[in-house]
Amino acid sequence: MYALVVFLPLIGSIIAGFGGRRLGDRGAQLATVIPMLAAAILSIVIFFDVALGGNPQTIELFRWIDVGALQLNWAIRLDTLSAVMIGVVCVVSSMIHVYSIGYMAHDSSVPRFMSYLSLFTFFMLTLVTADNFVQMFFGWEGVGLASYLLIGFWFGRPTANAAAIKAFVVNRVGDFGFLLGILGVFFAFGTLDFDPVFEATPNLVGENFNFIGMDVDILTTLCLLLFVGAMGKSAQIGLHTWLPDAMEGPTPVSALIHAATMVTAGVFMVARLSPMYEFAPIALTVIVFIGATTAIFAATVGLTQNDIKRVIAYSTCSQLGYMFFALGVSAYGAAIFHLMTHAFFKALLFLGAGSVIHGMHDEQDMRKMGGLFSKMKVTAFVMWIGSLALAGVPFFAGFWSKDIILEAAFAAHTGMGNYAFWLGIVAALLTAFYSWRLLFMTFNGPTRADPSVYEHAHESPPVMLIPLVVLALGAIFAGWLGFEYFVGHEREHFWGESLFVLPIHDTIEAAHHAPKWVKLLPVIVAVVGIVMAFFAYIMVPNLPGIIAARLKAIYLFLLNKWYFDELYDRLFVRPAFYLGHGLWKSGDGELIDGVGPDGVAAAARNLAGRAGRLQSGFLYHYAFVMLIGLVVLVSWYLFAQQG
Amino acid sequence: MDGFPLLSLTTFLPLVGVAFILMVRGDEDIVARNSRYAALWTSLVTFALSLFIWFNFDHGTSDFQFVEKAAWLPRFDVSYHLGVDGISMLFVLLSTFLTPICVLASWKAVTSRVREYMIAFLVLETMMIGTFVALDFVLFYIFFEGVLIPMFIIIGVWGGPRRVYSAFKFFLYTLAGSVLLLVAILVMYFQADTTDIPTLLVTDIAPHLQPWLWLALLASFAVKLPMWPVHTWLPDAHVEAPTAGSVILAGVLLKMGGYGFLRFSVPMLPLATDQFTPLIYALSIIAIIYTSLVALAQEDMKKLIAYSSVAHMGFVTIGIFSLTDHGIQGAIFQMLSHGIISAALFLCVGVVYDRVHSREIADYGGLVERMPKYAFVFMIFMLGSVGLPGTSGFIGEFLVLLGAFQDNTWVAFLASTGIILGAAYMLYLYRRVIFGKLEKENLKKLLDLEPREVAVMVPLVLLVLWMGIYPMPFLDVFDASVANLIEGYEGALAASQGVSVAGR
Repeated sequence: MYALVVFLPLIGSIIAGFGGRRLGDRGAQLATVIPMLAAAILSIVIFFDVALGGNPQTIELFRWIDVGALQLNWAIRLDTLSAVMIGVVCVVSSMIHVYSIGYMAHDSSVPRFMSYLSLFTFFMLTLVTADNFVQMFFGWEGVGLASYLLIGFWFGRPTANAAAIKAFVVNRVGDFGFLLGILGVFFAFGTLDFDPVFEATPNLVGENFNFIGMDVDILTTLCLLLFVGAMGKSAQIGLHTWLPDAMEGPTPVSALIHAATMVTAGVFMVARLSPMYEFAPIALTVIVFIGATTAIFAATVGLTQNDIKRVIAYSTCSQLGYMFFALGVSAYGAAIFHLMTHAFFKALLFLGAGSVIHGMHDEQDMRKMGGLFSKMKVTAFVMWIGSLALAGVPFFAGFWSKDIILEAAFAAHTGMGNYAFWLGIVAALLTAFYSWRLLFMTFNGPTRADPSVYEHAHESPPVMLIPLVVLALGAIFAGWLGFEYFVGHEREHFWGESLFVLPIHDTIEAAHHAPKWVKLLPVIVAVVGIVMAFFAYIMVPNLPGIIAARLKAIYLFLLNKWYFDELYDRLFVRPAFYLGHGLWKSGDGELIDGVGPDGVAAAARNLAGRAGRLQSGFLYHYAFVMLIGLVVLVSWYLFAQQG
Repeated sequence: MDGFPLLSLTTFLPLVGVAFILMVRGDEDIVARNSRYAALWTSLVTFALSLFIWFNFDHGTSDFQFVEKAAWLPRFDVSYHLGVDGISMLFVLLSTFLTPICVLASWKAVTSRVREYMIAFLVLETMMIGTFVALDFVLFYIFFEGVLIPMFIIIGVWGGPRRVYSAFKFFLYTLAGSVLLLVAILVMYFQADTTDIPTLLVTDIAPHLQPWLWLALLASFAVKLPMWPVHTWLPDAHVEAPTAGSVILAGVLLKMGGYGFLRFSVPMLPLATDQFTPLIYALSIIAIIYTSLVALAQEDMKKLIAYSSVAHMGFVTIGIFSLTDHGIQGAIFQMLSHGIISAALFLCVGVVYDRVHSREIADYGGLVERMPKYAFVFMIFMLGSVGLPGTSGFIGEFLVLLGAFQDNTWVAFLASTGIILGAAYMLYLYRRVIFGKLEKENLKKLLDLEPREVAVMVPLVLLVLWMGIYPMPFLDVFDASVANLIEGYEGALAASQGVSVAGR
């Protein structure tokens, strides 16, 4: 019965994908939305039974691979961690399916879009319910595929195609690490099922093995390799470049895949593997560093972007950084808590942005907005809620989860923990600032839009507003409702065995005893950020321009996203094409063929030509040659006789 | 089924079809139509027969099955000896599966000399099946080399503008290898006084001869596979070959190299195999990285897929020479999977080549608007080639890498870069052909797949997914044989070490 939750979206996807033309747009929408809503209801049932009722279980479907020591099943693992993820994925996905009915109404390929959305949901669910590394990898690459298809959904646009390929290939770089990690796990443990690996992990503490010529600690190496995969999927600094470009996809895609679910797969992976990471402290430290650095990096870039979706994309990147440093200080529950609240408010923000874009007839540049409050009150209202939650203003969802993360980082009392705490505080300030920059630039002040566009700007239809309201309710209440379970007193009972924390790493417990100022500081900086944005974009609207002109170098550095794209282009993309071309023309063409077949053929032709010239047709030439031959033969015979 | 000559029947049934085609009389149209139907029915019946082999195959044993033996040249102990084990069985199926597909794919594309074309394909089928079922080295050699003749003719007669250059390049490369193979066979005959393969498998060949024999075999198999740096015939041959020729070339002929390693080099020359493994690793890794980069720069669709084949075959050799159960099973699986996927990709190129008569990537773009079905099947095969989990490509690559990692982490590390590059060149190809705006005038009237083409593609799509989601029916077939192969190999190594220790 519970297995249905995974397969309902797949069924919807297949029906809409193959029957789309016969069903028509409306039929395809129903064929995907109904199974998705059913899955959402089922996911809530599962959450109550498995997570709150403490009833974990694994449903084995059938044998997948059985070669030598490697035995893998297709299975559905239901424990608190996967139940939380299933709930988040299904609820958000079903809302976005509904929203898409309105948002994509005028598109020419509605069935294809709905089919892709459901297909994505299916892959995401196989990922979170995986019972072994390889099924997780299946879901992992599957969501990558769906993401590729959806980013490139409008295949007529060159930018969309480029972004789609970039997303897939950059993710593959991460998957390169993930795959090596899986190979290493099998090498070290002799199995790829989660439970036996987790049981055997403590035995490998301190053990070394030889990896590409280096003698290294097994667990640290494996955890770092696996983390590379997480960095790719969750857009952490270095492998983040695909996420902002992914905004080429339709907005519901950005909300579902590039904010609420797929990009959090890396966070989920580390949490799922907490029984391994707990014994790899160096890997955890690296995760804290990468997470905290991403949080601040993305927040600084978010300050300067003008595309409404890109601002939110960088904000997502930054929030994922928070989740990662939470994981790094062993506050897994806090990370998943933030993942959950973030899914609600960030999906809300994206869908709100989509509502704005829809109402403005596909305008995304905030410099051409402003004054939209009167045109779209509901959208503005829910965007405020989303931003309040994102900034961590009390008692919205983000407040609960972000605070506990920062407190846990502080309470870790490590150098890296402090690094994360202080960068997290600064990033929180920036978050509040750019969130209200977005709100003010979009909804307030005199409009900068083209009068004709502004004239026709309109509020979205109810089919889009209802999901916004549902998500807004989540953005208000999810933190308050979940706090006790995810990170409060109920947490040990709630998580059961699905998360593992060594007693000495219990930073969530320590976080509850953090000093008052630590608890207050995030709220204070959030309010300061909002006030600063109000000052800069409402009170003195020309101030940002002046600052940008004064600090031109810094401004350009941020506007160009720290020049990562340019760097990678020079470092990898162009050399790869250059090398490929060179190897083809010189390597294959001149060297191998030149010396090999073509060279041999040329030499043969040459020789034949010379031999041909010998046949002069003059009898005395032939006689002469014969005579010489005879002499040579006779002398050789004589010499041989003597010898 | 005891005593029933199933293998002989499967092997030579295509020749019966040839006889039928030769008997067809009438004007050109009638001959062409009848030849097509005769070839299709013959190949379908052959395929049905080969399914019997699969259904009646005993998974539990590594022995040769369906064995037939008759004296042929008794004075030299050369016999007509056929049989299949887990390693060869699925290759027979691959050959019989792809032939009807090739016949269907050539239905409209080939209009001149149809009779001769169909005859060439049926003869080719006999040669391919014979190669995989032969249990006598001389018999094997005849089939193995016999494959060259119809293929040479197919490229040389029905090929593109540079077909003669390509056909000769193909022929010379492979022939150079064959000469050394023949020498090796003779030497082995003088060692064992027989050319019977099962006997040779249990014969210990003198250690000082092994390296030389091994290198002679390498010369032949490396060209067939092809391995870097003797791969340059492949892109040219593919580019000039007609679609169905490319399908068989990529689908089956390349696998003969890998099969050769598994049947001869590894079990018969274990000491040399051990000694030369680093060489194979190095060549394979170069193949993967080098040809993937070259594929990235290609402007011709067929060349790109040809180069990707070299990279994928690199995984095969790594898997075989990792000499672990995962590696070898992965290598066999990868060969089968690549046989399906690369064949299908060439068919995909053929579909648009038939319509537009160009292989240049730049001549396409935006096909998805006019050809959504085509875009879908091309997508599945592209993903299979990329090795996406859930397709057959993943299982093979994953098992190979799993085996390689156990043997040498450097090899696994470097080979894994292939998954990044593979994604890059395939997605880049797909984007330029399928996506983008449909702007070129001659593309605006293209028609989507017709029912005949759907009938060609659907079985391939289903197989790619089946082998990815539920690969056990395939893996089970070669499980016992691979285990036996490794056991024999390790036994031989241990014995020789024992001897050298004792000698000290």
